[in-house]
Amino acid sequence: MEYLRAALAIARKDLRIERRSKEVTNAAFSFALVVLLLFSFTFDPSGEETRAMSGGLLWLVYSFAGVLVLNRSFARETANDSLDALVASPAPGGAIFLGKALANTVFLLGLELATLPVFGVFYNVRWDLNLGWLLLVFVLGTWGFTVIGTVFSAVTVNVRLREVMLPVLVFPITVPALMAAVQLTTTVFTGQPLAPEMVWIRVLVAFDLIFTLLAAALVEFVLVG
Amino acid sequence: MTMKNGSGWLLPSLAGAMMIGALYLVFLWVPTERSMGIVQRIFYFHMPPFLVAVVAILVGMGAAIRYLMTKDLRFDEVAVACIEVGLVFDTMNLLTGPFWARPVWGIWWTWDARLTSAFVLWLMFVGYLILRQAIDEPHMRAAASAVVTVFQAVGAVIVYMANRLWRTQHPQPVIAGGEGSGLASPMWVALLGSLAAMLVVFACLVQVRRRLERLRRETEGLRREVHAL
Repeated sequence: MEYLRAALAIARKDLRIERRSKEVTNAAFSFALVVLLLFSFTFDPSGEETRAMSGGLLWLVYSFAGVLVLNRSFARETANDSLDALVASPAPGGAIFLGKALANTVFLLGLELATLPVFGVFYNVRWDLNLGWLLLVFVLGTWGFTVIGTVFSAVTVNVRLREVMLPVLVFPITVPALMAAVQLTTTVFTGQPLAPEMVWIRVLVAFDLIFTLLAAALVEFVLVG
Repeated sequence: MTMKNGSGWLLPSLAGAMMIGALYLVFLWVPTERSMGIVQRIFYFHMPPFLVAVVAILVGMGAAIRYLMTKDLRFDEVAVACIEVGLVFDTMNLLTGPFWARPVWGIWWTWDARLTSAFVLWLMFVGYLILRQAIDEPHMRAAASAVVTVFQAVGAVIVYMANRLWRTQHPQPVIAGGEGSGLASPMWVALLGSLAAMLVVFACLVQVRRRLERLRRETEGLRREVHAL
């Protein structure tokens, strides 16, 4: 209980900082729009085949914008040495990680939901066919991505070339979560039956569980050394 | 140094002898495969390096966990040696593959489960080494890279399983020939001989790389002391 309270307090703190400063919000949202613009040059944006690759496009936008968000997650704490203060606080390392991951997930989900209608308009994709499932896929996929990203954000916080290091480390490991999210999102967008794709939901849940536990257990070593 | 001069030669000589033995098995002893012809012999230089790379990341993970438990930098030396030598073997696997695929499948590369997983593994090895380069303090570097190794080793397994799922649900551009299926017994001998030789070469290189890592760290420490004066 104490553990969860500390995690929630840290998540609230991060979200409040972001709400007041809008430091990442504006940058990440504009970046997502830029990526959406660039995609329009790589293929015929009005074509029928766009729908078949819509899930992949969307998750590429999310992962690129997501890395921007994750890069700031721990870097934000380096000013005024607040990371040291955070580590020295009674909150255990796992709770700090969980709070940060929670804040990142909530923030990234907001960004995803804001980008979704724009994507639908730009690429003529019906995204509102099955909102319940779509939301579930978004939550599971985003959590998997942010869990890995938050730990590695802590690993790379004091490292040279941090901005490049994070995606190089994060993307290979998150491949399974991205594959599952892409597959399920495309299925929802194209209105195909979800039953044969249920195995991907299992992949996502297993991925999320395994890496959440691993991260909560190992993050202490990263933060304290 | 504490290393005895005699023991330093045992492993390399064994590796050399076994490599010559493996070359004999692969090029002179084992019969040529019927449908693919001579090019199939790449197989004996293609599959064993991948298995060695898998051994490398598993041993690397074991060493990383030992480091996290003991904070003894000797385990960090083993971990980095495993990953770096593992990268060499995974590269060998990735480079020999296309030379076999081109005449047999007609393409250099296909995104099938095994190829994708081998490439992801390669990217993980590279990511690990790039991360190490960017951290100077030995214990910080060891802790960060140990945590990353554990994530990568677990991730590699999940990537492979998910990739199998991904590709069985899609039509494949080529038939990914099951290499393990229906291998004639002389081919098994050549394969295992090659694998054994490569494992000894791997162990040999890991020893050398480990020593290099220790010497490098000691030099760094000395340099820092000099600067402090």
